[in-house]
Amino acid sequence: MAAVSPLLVTRDLTRRFGGLTAVDHVDFELPAGEIRAIIGPNGAGKTTFVSLVCGRIQPSSGQILFDGADITGLPAHERVKRGIAYTFQITSIFPNLTVFDNVALSVQRRLIDKGGRMTARDLEAGVAEALARVHLTDRVDMTAGKLAYGHQRLLEVAMGLALKPRLLILDEPTQGLSDAEIDSFIALVREIAREATVLLIEHNMPVVMALADRITVMSNGAPLAEGTPAEIRANAEVQQAYLGSTADV
Amino acid sequence: MRTDTTGRVVALHLAVIAVLVALLWILPDYHRGVMARVLVLSVFAMGYNLTFGYAGLLSLGHAMFFAAGLYGAGLAAYYPGWSVLPSFAFGIACGGVLALVVGFLALRTTGVAFMIVTMMFSQVFYLTTLYYTTWTRGEEGLVLGTDLRTVSLGAATLELWEPTTRYLVAVGLFSVVFLATMAIARAPFGRILIAIRENEERMRMLGYDVHRAKLKAMVLSGLFCAAAGAAYALLFGYVGSSFASIQYSILPLLWVLLGGAATTLGPLFGTVFMFYVVDVTSGYTSAWLLVVGVALILLVLFFPKGVFGTIRERWLKWLP
Amino acid sequence: MSFGPHLLLATLEGLVTSAVLALMALGLSLVFGVMRVVNVAHGEFFMLGAVLAWFFSTLVTGHPAIGFLLALVLSPLVVGAVALVSERLVLRRLNYDPEATIVATIGLLYIIQQLALTFYGPEARPVQAPFSIRIALPWFGYSGYKLFVIAASAAMMLATWFVLTRTRAGLVMRATQYDRETAQNFGIPVDRVYAGVFALGAMLAAVAAVLVVPISQAHYLMGLDPLLLSFIVVIIGGLGSLRGTVLAAVLIGVSDGVISVFFSPTLAKMIATLVVAMVLVFRPQGLFGTAPR
Repeated sequence: MAAVSPLLVTRDLTRRFGGLTAVDHVDFELPAGEIRAIIGPNGAGKTTFVSLVCGRIQPSSGQILFDGADITGLPAHERVKRGIAYTFQITSIFPNLTVFDNVALSVQRRLIDKGGRMTARDLEAGVAEALARVHLTDRVDMTAGKLAYGHQRLLEVAMGLALKPRLLILDEPTQGLSDAEIDSFIALVREIAREATVLLIEHNMPVVMALADRITVMSNGAPLAEGTPAEIRANAEVQQAYLGSTADV
Repeated sequence: MRTDTTGRVVALHLAVIAVLVALLWILPDYHRGVMARVLVLSVFAMGYNLTFGYAGLLSLGHAMFFAAGLYGAGLAAYYPGWSVLPSFAFGIACGGVLALVVGFLALRTTGVAFMIVTMMFSQVFYLTTLYYTTWTRGEEGLVLGTDLRTVSLGAATLELWEPTTRYLVAVGLFSVVFLATMAIARAPFGRILIAIRENEERMRMLGYDVHRAKLKAMVLSGLFCAAAGAAYALLFGYVGSSFASIQYSILPLLWVLLGGAATTLGPLFGTVFMFYVVDVTSGYTSAWLLVVGVALILLVLFFPKGVFGTIRERWLKWLP
Repeated sequence: MSFGPHLLLATLEGLVTSAVLALMALGLSLVFGVMRVVNVAHGEFFMLGAVLAWFFSTLVTGHPAIGFLLALVLSPLVVGAVALVSERLVLRRLNYDPEATIVATIGLLYIIQQLALTFYGPEARPVQAPFSIRIALPWFGYSGYKLFVIAASAAMMLATWFVLTRTRAGLVMRATQYDRETAQNFGIPVDRVYAGVFALGAMLAAVAAVLVVPISQAHYLMGLDPLLLSFIVVIIGGLGSLRGTVLAAVLIGVSDGVISVFFSPTLAKMIATLVVAMVLVFRPQGLFGTAPR
């Protein structure tokens, strides 16, 4: 047994939509510091699962523990304050505000929580730091909606980063990015992982294999297998259920 | 480094206030009277703008906050005979408390339901003023005598019914709320409100208690509107239930839309413009309802950002 | 009069109110259900229907029934045409954006009100009932026309129910309500459905108005109260639920009637409005309806 308790634990976590059980009695553990990828076919319940974790939707039953504390009943904004940040699958920024304002909203959230007076200088420094990490510094005064698509995804990540989360959930972050953008994205996530635990939903297998410490495969609302990239690659059951015969990974 | 616009923003707002003060010597008596009224009503519009413009909450019930200030101050002065300053403070407090209660309930809903709920609460307020006709004299209203509208500050006395004093007090109240709106719009809180209007779900996932922020905006808005109502009662000496009717929930919407929602200068411009349009057209026709109706439709069809919203979009991006 | 008959009278009066209210609320509910448009000018369509009813009834002489029937046919047609024109010129251009259409229909409200004031005047004018039979009850006589209003409204509701559930037009409307885009993909001319529904909603209000003018007079400010009451009915009844609308109209109408007889009408309205606001806050899907998708 590991000496430290995991950062995130779910017990028996279940969510039903009408007759459909999207997440089915999931027991899940994520140790601090890990990059974990969740993979699985469409409709496997990946997005529903992380939405339960970050509080966008409420579970039908089960329990969520973050850093040892039960957060099942907490509203989403309280969970963010405790250090869970979520970036949306469909880019969700403030298109009519400037890039600065988009990131400033995250920075001021963190500064307010820290207490004390928030100065304009602190705010600018926080924004500059987050934008530098995603290489968007020169676009600080642009209207966010006018950024190229790939840059909007990066802005979304910067908004998550600026919260300085302990757990960063990335929901299909590389969707729609070019190959070059994906490469720099992989480097970015590795850098993030030095300070935060990363939970990643991803379809792009090379990205998963390059980044993940461990992989959880979901199918029909429940984990099917879990292991290192090498183990998952070798797992016949996974080949069958998910990768099919075209196992080109 | 980003350009700091604070200097020019503050300069612009102070210049607007300076012009309003200067108008005291420029305007003929009649227009000075009109402008005193317009300034008080534009405080009402600025209060409305805070929720409708910045936070994106379409309320059709703000008449109740204006009327809460009007009746709070008016009744306190009329019956127990409170002096001006306590009456004014009481009026503002009434608006704040009402906004807190109404906001707490109504903000459980969004969009169309929010509009209907606020309209209904306001209608209940209006009916209440009619139901207690023995106290309020309903539509006919109460008239506050000049003795109730005199402030004595030590040796000095301020006669609020006297046109020059009245105009300057109106400018004073306007300036306070005007500068407060400017500060809010540029503060982190203003950014939060705008962001909630743009993408509420994202704000929740950035860790903001959206309901709480909206409630804060409602209470601030209620305080501003009530300050306008209380000032109206004490400056013009009339307290009537027509100010609680749905008409007075729609007018600030019109003023703000015309001047530009979520702009600090829009409410003033919209109120002045509509007041004079009605004033001028009433020389030719009594059809002021038609003017309001046509203006509303033309605005949403062809000019949804209003005057200052358009100016900001096209030319002056730094306008708060 | 003792308590029992008094209550019966209050209930009858309440049912008349319910009958008118149900028709009007149905129009509002259809427009909101299918188009997602809150028509704040709905009360003015009602008022316009009443004022036009007076106008048409004064065009002919002879038996009052002739004027009444003329009004019953022509007034809804004219109101429907006005609604159709406003839908084409304004609402469609706004792409049915919920908030913009609210502002626009407020504008429409003022325009119609002002035109009525200018051309009709500030007076309240009655329309003669088509017949004046009094039904003799053991305790009091009651207007036969009022009973006719209840029956006529019930017939109209049944007809609407039939159209909605048993005809092709109704199917098209329900499909559009359910899912606009899918309906469009199935070749339903959504655009024309919207125009038709908006006109139909206004016509229902006009019919209610023609029925009511022999009881209460036509006046240019008569639209606001029924508008608020219809909002109340639609909310309590749940959107898109015909059964809910009828039940809520009866509930609101009768309780309004009963409370008004025994207490002040202002107090009745205060209580009803407050209760409904609370229903909307704590049970947004209404008392009879199901949660919206």
